[in-house]
Amino acid sequence: MNLRAVWAIYRMEMARAFRTVLQSIVSPVISTSLYFVVFGSAIGSRITEIDGISYGAFIVPGLIMLSLLTQSISNASFAIYFPKFVGSIYELLSAPVSYLEIVIAYVGGAATKSIILGLIILATASLFVPLTILHPFWMLAFLVLTAVTFSLFGFIIGIWAKSFEQLQLVPLLIITPLTFLGGSFYSINMLPEVWRTVTLFNPVVYLISGFRWSFYGKSDVSVGVSLGMTVVFLLVCITIVAWIFRTGYRLRS
Amino acid sequence: MPSILSISGVSKTYATGFTALKEVNLDIQRGEIFALLGPNGAGKTTLISIVCGIVNRSSGTVTVDGHDINKDYRAARSLIGLVPQELTIDAFESVWATVNYSRGLFGKPANHGFVEKVLRDLSLWDKKDAKAITLSGGMKRRLMIAKALSHEPRILFLDEPTAGVDVELRQDMWAMVRRLREDGVTIILTTHYIEEAEAMADRVGVINRGEIILVENKAELMRKLGRKRLVLELRNPLTSIPEALSRYALELSPDGGQLTYTYDNQAERPGVASLMRDLEAGGIQFRDIDTQNSSLEEIFVNLVRREP
Repeated sequence: MNLRAVWAIYRMEMARAFRTVLQSIVSPVISTSLYFVVFGSAIGSRITEIDGISYGAFIVPGLIMLSLLTQSISNASFAIYFPKFVGSIYELLSAPVSYLEIVIAYVGGAATKSIILGLIILATASLFVPLTILHPFWMLAFLVLTAVTFSLFGFIIGIWAKSFEQLQLVPLLIITPLTFLGGSFYSINMLPEVWRTVTLFNPVVYLISGFRWSFYGKSDVSVGVSLGMTVVFLLVCITIVAWIFRTGYRLRS
Repeated sequence: MPSILSISGVSKTYATGFTALKEVNLDIQRGEIFALLGPNGAGKTTLISIVCGIVNRSSGTVTVDGHDINKDYRAARSLIGLVPQELTIDAFESVWATVNYSRGLFGKPANHGFVEKVLRDLSLWDKKDAKAITLSGGMKRRLMIAKALSHEPRILFLDEPTAGVDVELRQDMWAMVRRLREDGVTIILTTHYIEEAEAMADRVGVINRGEIILVENKAELMRKLGRKRLVLELRNPLTSIPEALSRYALELSPDGGQLTYTYDNQAERPGVASLMRDLEAGGIQFRDIDTQNSSLEEIFVNLVRREP
C-alpha cells in the first residue's frame, strides 16, 4: 500500500480546508447558528418540547446532521472535481496509487473536515442549550459513518459532474430538501399518518433518528433500522465507486 | 542496449469511434533522448497518456523496464515522470507544497534537500513560497518539470515542453534535458519545434494518423533522407537558366546572382561533377560556392506529405 501517497493527498486536502477556513468552517458554523437562533427561538417559543426534550435541544442532532451531509458531499465532490476541472488529475492518474488509496485519501479528508465541523457545531449548540449525550459511542459512530458515507456519495458526484452547475445539482435539489423533510426540526410522529408513511421513504430520516437517539435515547424509527439503512447506503456508495474505478468512468478515456 | 520502454501492438479507439493509434510498436533505449514528431492529432499525446496510465488502451502491451503498465503498475509508474502539454497546476498551492506533494504521491519519503536541489536547478528556489497562480507562464512550465522530477524518475516524458516559452527559457530547458540525460534519465519528448528535435534527439520517431511511420537515428535519418543544396554565387548575373543546364534541378535567384542546385546526396550520381563541367563549358563563372544540408523539418514535412 502506498501510504505516503494517501498521506500526501490527505494532508493536501486538510491544508486546503485550513487555507479556506472562512468557507470551510466559519461559514457553516454561522449559518447553523442562525438556524438555531431562528428555529430554536421563533418556533421553540411555541413548541416547548418534543418527546420530553426541549425544542432547542431537540433540533441540535438534526442541525449537525444537516451540516454533516451537505459538507461531506461538498468537500468530497469539490476535492475530486477541481483537479478534473483544472486538469491536474493527470498527476493522480499517472501516480503509482491504487483506487482504494485514492478513495481512502479523498474520502478520509472530506469526512475528517465534516466531522470536525460537526463537533464544532455541537460545541456551538452547547452554548445555547444544555445538551446530554446518552450514548457517546453511538453518537460518534453515527457521526463517522454518516460523514464517510456521504463523503463517498460526494466523491461519486464529483466524478460524475461535468460542470460546477452539476456539482451543485444533487446537494441543492435532493440532499437539502430531504434533510429538511427528514425530521431535522420536528419528529415525524407529529405528521399525519399518510405523510409519516411517505417520509419513511426518505433515507435521511433514519440518519437523523439514529443520531438523535444517541443524544436523548428517543427516536422516530428503531435504532437498528437506522444503523442498517446507513450501512446499506454506505455499501451502495462503495459499489458505485468500485465500478467507477474499474471502468475508468469519466476519469480515464 | 536493452530497451527501457517497450510498446507493442498498441491501438486506441475512443468511445466516439475515432481511432487515435493503430498497432503502434516502439522501443525506447535506456538513456537516450527520443523525439516523437507528428502533426496535430497524430496520436503523440494519446501514446504518452497510455504509457503513463491516463488513457486506457484498446489493445496491445506496454512494459516499462520490464514491468507491465497494468499488472505491475506501481513499479512501472514510479519510474516515469510526466510533464504534460497544458499548464495544469493547483493554482492556490505554493511551489514548495505542490512539489513535495508530487514526491509523496509517487511514494517517495520526504527529502527536502532533493526538492530544494530540483527547485534551484530550475531557478524556482526564490519562488518556493509563492502560490502557483502568481507565477509567470515560463515559471509554471518549470514548476511542472519540478513536479515531474520530484520523485527521481528514470524516464521523463516531455509533451511539447517548450510550447509558448521564450527563447531564453527554451535554451535553459534544452540544457536541463542534456543534464538529465547525463544522469542516466531517458527522455521522450514530443515537439512541434523540429529544431528542438534536431538539436537534442538521439533518435527520431515520426507518427502520423496514429501510425509510427519511421524510427531512425537522427544522424542516419538526415543522411538517408536529407537532401543537399549547392549554392553558387555567380560572377555575372544571369537572366535565365541556360538551355544546356535544363536537365539539372536548378533555381535562379530573382536578381540572377545565385544559382541553387538541390540533389540527393545518397544518389549514385548526384550530378555535381557534371554540373561543374557544364557550367565551365557554358562559360558561367562563380566567385563562391556553398553546400547546405536539408533540415529535419524538411525531412519531416516530406515524410508526412508522402503518407496517403
